[in-house]
Amino acid sequence: MSTFIDLTGAAAQSATYGADEQQRMGFFTDTTLCIGCKACEVACKEWNELPEDGYEFTGWSYDNTRELNGNTWRHVTFVEQFSGRSAGTGRWLMESDVCKHCTHAGCLDVCPTGAIMRSEFGTVVIQQDVCNGCGYCIVGCPFGVIGLKEAEGTTGKCTLCYDRLKAGEEPACAKACPTDSIQFGAVDELRERAEKRLEAVQGRFDGAQLYGTDTGDGVGGTGSMFLLLDKPEVYGLPPDPIVPTKDLPQMWRAAGVGAALLVAACVAAAVRA
Amino acid sequence: MGTSFGRGGATTFQQDLQNADCLLIMGSNMAENHPVGFQWVMEARERGATIIHVDPRFTRTSAVADIHVPIRPGSDIAFLGGIINYVLQNERDFREYVVNYTNASVLIGEEYEDTENLEGLFSGWVKDRNGYTFNSWQYDGTNVHGASGQRESQESLAKYQGLNPQEMSKLEAGMPPKIDRTLKHPRCVYQILKRHFARYTPDMVARTCGISEEDFTKVAEALCENSGRERTSAMCYAVAWTHHTTGVQIIRSAAILQLLLGNIGRPGGGIQALRGHSSIQGSTDIPTLFNLLPGYLNMPQAQKFGPLAKYIEDEGGKTGYWGNMDTYITSLLKAWYGDHATADNDFCFALLPRLTGDHSAYRSILGMQDGAVKGYFAVGENLAVGSANSSLHRKAMANLDWLVVRDFSETETASFWYDSPEIESGDLKTEAIGTEVFFMPAASHTEKNGSYTNTQRLLQWHHKAVDPQGDARSELWFYYHLGKRIREKLGDDTTEPYADAIKFLTWDYHTEGPLDEPSADDVLREISGWDAEGKALNGYDKLKADGSTRCGCWIYCGVYKDEQNQAANRKPRAEQNWVAAEWGWAWPANRHLLYNRASADPDGKPWSERKKYVWWDEEKSQWAGYDTPDFEKTKRPDYVPPDGARREAAIAGTHPFIMQDDGLGWLFVPNGIVDGPLPTHYEPSESPIGNPVYPQQSNPGAQRFPREWNPSNPSPSESHGDDFPFILTTYRLTEHHTSGAMTRTVPQLSELQPEMFCEVSPELAKLRGLEHGRWATIVTTRTAIEARVMVTGRLRPLQLNGKTLHTVGVPYHWGRKGLVTGDSANDLLPIVLDPNVHIQEDKASTCNILPGRRPRGRAFHEFMEKVRSDAGAEVTP
Repeated sequence: MSTFIDLTGAAAQSATYGADEQQRMGFFTDTTLCIGCKACEVACKEWNELPEDGYEFTGWSYDNTRELNGNTWRHVTFVEQFSGRSAGTGRWLMESDVCKHCTHAGCLDVCPTGAIMRSEFGTVVIQQDVCNGCGYCIVGCPFGVIGLKEAEGTTGKCTLCYDRLKAGEEPACAKACPTDSIQFGAVDELRERAEKRLEAVQGRFDGAQLYGTDTGDGVGGTGSMFLLLDKPEVYGLPPDPIVPTKDLPQMWRAAGVGAALLVAACVAAAVRA
Repeated sequence: MGTSFGRGGATTFQQDLQNADCLLIMGSNMAENHPVGFQWVMEARERGATIIHVDPRFTRTSAVADIHVPIRPGSDIAFLGGIINYVLQNERDFREYVVNYTNASVLIGEEYEDTENLEGLFSGWVKDRNGYTFNSWQYDGTNVHGASGQRESQESLAKYQGLNPQEMSKLEAGMPPKIDRTLKHPRCVYQILKRHFARYTPDMVARTCGISEEDFTKVAEALCENSGRERTSAMCYAVAWTHHTTGVQIIRSAAILQLLLGNIGRPGGGIQALRGHSSIQGSTDIPTLFNLLPGYLNMPQAQKFGPLAKYIEDEGGKTGYWGNMDTYITSLLKAWYGDHATADNDFCFALLPRLTGDHSAYRSILGMQDGAVKGYFAVGENLAVGSANSSLHRKAMANLDWLVVRDFSETETASFWYDSPEIESGDLKTEAIGTEVFFMPAASHTEKNGSYTNTQRLLQWHHKAVDPQGDARSELWFYYHLGKRIREKLGDDTTEPYADAIKFLTWDYHTEGPLDEPSADDVLREISGWDAEGKALNGYDKLKADGSTRCGCWIYCGVYKDEQNQAANRKPRAEQNWVAAEWGWAWPANRHLLYNRASADPDGKPWSERKKYVWWDEEKSQWAGYDTPDFEKTKRPDYVPPDGARREAAIAGTHPFIMQDDGLGWLFVPNGIVDGPLPTHYEPSESPIGNPVYPQQSNPGAQRFPREWNPSNPSPSESHGDDFPFILTTYRLTEHHTSGAMTRTVPQLSELQPEMFCEVSPELAKLRGLEHGRWATIVTTRTAIEARVMVTGRLRPLQLNGKTLHTVGVPYHWGRKGLVTGDSANDLLPIVLDPNVHIQEDKASTCNILPGRRPRGRAFHEFMEKVRSDAGAEVTP
């Protein structure tokens, strides 16, 4: 990741906690074990005191909450794959989506107030008492995870249950998941577990693939990893996410060069004059 | 389950499903409705088990199953019967198990005639009474006695319909008089079974269920391959087996199959009955049913009014554990009537209420319609949404003098008189309804102490976290104080004979706190029972018939063992084996896997190392294993009952089904089921096709109530038989609970499934012009409802004999109250019941479906008049 000046990345920032630094924590969501019960969505809302997000029948299979946003921090996607398939080969894919807690988090990079911080657990947290709801982070997230909390005038997303983590508890969604589709743990360990799981299910499930485990991707790998059963875009996930601030150093460099040239030109002109 | 094995409960526990090599989930959408228990299915799958889901719809359960077979709703017996036939024809049964542990070898009397000879009926049919006599189904040489609690319905049917089965004599020893262990005798159960199921060929199954022979064979083969000494298969079912006019017989099919495959009483085997509510098992153990006393003792009948000894003789057995009926009933009477109950006054037996007829739930509602039932308690029950033909329920409630509704919020049952579809259409008028409705707010489980008995007979205690808010009170508070007030009102001077029934009751739980909450702990201790010195009893084998012991429910005896609330045990699972004997307490006697003597061979050795569970320890001369043995601890495997042995002493050391008179698993049921000793495929009461298996169309014994407000959709053979061409099936979603009273009031659940919808295949959508996301109206002769349309490949058309059949799926969670509202699916259904347990058929009936929303107001009334008149389905009062 030599192209990054790693000031806001997970490793660099957690290190600023000094002795309080903890292992980087995250999720491994294994969709081969998901039964679409939505206990994660409900547990998340209960624990984080999030309101409902509208009572609307969408017709999107069994998904009526549509997306992750300011008031929905876990969201179960349902994908029906039946048309064009012969009897007995149809599939109903379910995936519990969540904030990716990126190694290079666009939201954090663009937040002008410092409301978004990297916690001692390497997670990305919006501090509700600091956030002014400007919404930069919403466009700064390559996954479309963040949304406005209209009642509060702030933005919201998964905190990996920062308060629970501090109390030594696992996040509410992982706790509620009856089938261990959502696994909580240290990111390094989860990444290893994900690789092993993929190996174990190859041949058992068509299309099994990992998402977010590649530290060489456009966000430096994610703290929330997934085992999917089809291409990411089938679940509404970007296939090749890139942190929007990726080119920022380069841009600043270019701007710096431009400014320097401008200054030089001015100086030259003044001298000439 | 009771008639086949001896006890009306799941034979296994969910944690043990992880040990199964193959799991058949049928009549259940377990992942959606039992997501927490489903973790053990996922665990089994991870360990390599084959998960099979047989269900008309592709659900969240099917999504994670290895095999999904979409059968036609209501064709379950054909499917299971096919597997039974497959096992028998190919001799894939676990022969050593079958010969020793089941009644396969028993000879049935010569008078017995099968459906094969009688066009789909058994011998004993009495046409003008719509019921059977049972004499011809008996063991050759004697009559056996059905396990108590299961026999009531047979007798009640006999009673109410004027049939008079002969007085049942009992087995005189623990062994049936005539057996043939070679299983060759033409009248032995094994051969009868073979003939009975012979017509359930793979081809017949395919034509009846609408599936391919290949799919059928795949399932049959998976079950056979994964059963035997080394391997076991388990089955899970829920209300989609019970909600049929043949519900009991569907479960019987599963019982027969699991006995033939040798899967009962063994780890990774069994039948897991998944219950529909959190304490439904508890509500039959300590029953809210009209016909049972606690512990599956029959309610005495007015027609047989007599002394206690006569009741014991009639209802108890001579052999097996029902031989101890005298100790169970006497201890119950002592618990209820205390010191008033003495040997001299027959322990107040005469004070128990007597049954005068069928007072089951639906009968009571029909009684309201007729004006015979004047008052009603609806406690945690939302019949205006949750019961079949809920429209009839609402109209019937308008005939009541008073109605008490206890719930968390004002339900549709409490508001029927001012807000209901009938008010909207003008069929009911508020000013004309005389019913006085009392709404009483109820405390939730976090606001009271108490126990749940869950789907696997496990009692789990919950502790109060906060006091109830406002006027909310627990059920225990309500009934205890209601009893107190009635007692007070009665006074001490009343000499009416009925007064003793109230005056003599022990009604003295200590109360605590500002609300005078009765102690739930006291109640549990009374249920568990105590001895003459007042010390808590350790188990039901300590009960006495002399009045020295008190016990409120004999099967729960021991839940307060050692003066400890055993239901409150919470040792984490990591600190004990998977049976988890110290988490809660399972009835009976903390046995988690029932009939587990069958996990060992006749000599008492494990069938295999892999499937070891309970075995005979010769050195210690007792049964040992991972669970409490479901057998007398020191009864040797080679024990042979002496002549004249009674009670459990009459059960041989090789007979694991200790509640049965003969200690055997019953493949053939001579007594205890009113609609036949063997399961037989009948079409649902409303079906779009003729019965492909027998000339007899539907269950001849089903309880039907043709009357105003409860018309039937015409069948194919009748005129207008095509008016309702589609199959209608109802179900639940994970996101809501039953009528929605507890979930449509919670924002975070309401948003997950905010609107009533119906599910149809793309083919049906095309046929009827239904558009995804828009509206459809579903019509039966009862009523019409509207729903948003979900067009999905998860439902598929069925091909039967070249005919294409479509299914309309509807969840039933919506009503007019709560945060999210919608029409109620149950309004569409008829009241037509299984004759054994009086459960409605709501998994398979017929309907029509039209695009667009239903008419409103008076126009709706006229629309329905026309539907009924066109179909010739008017039933005049």
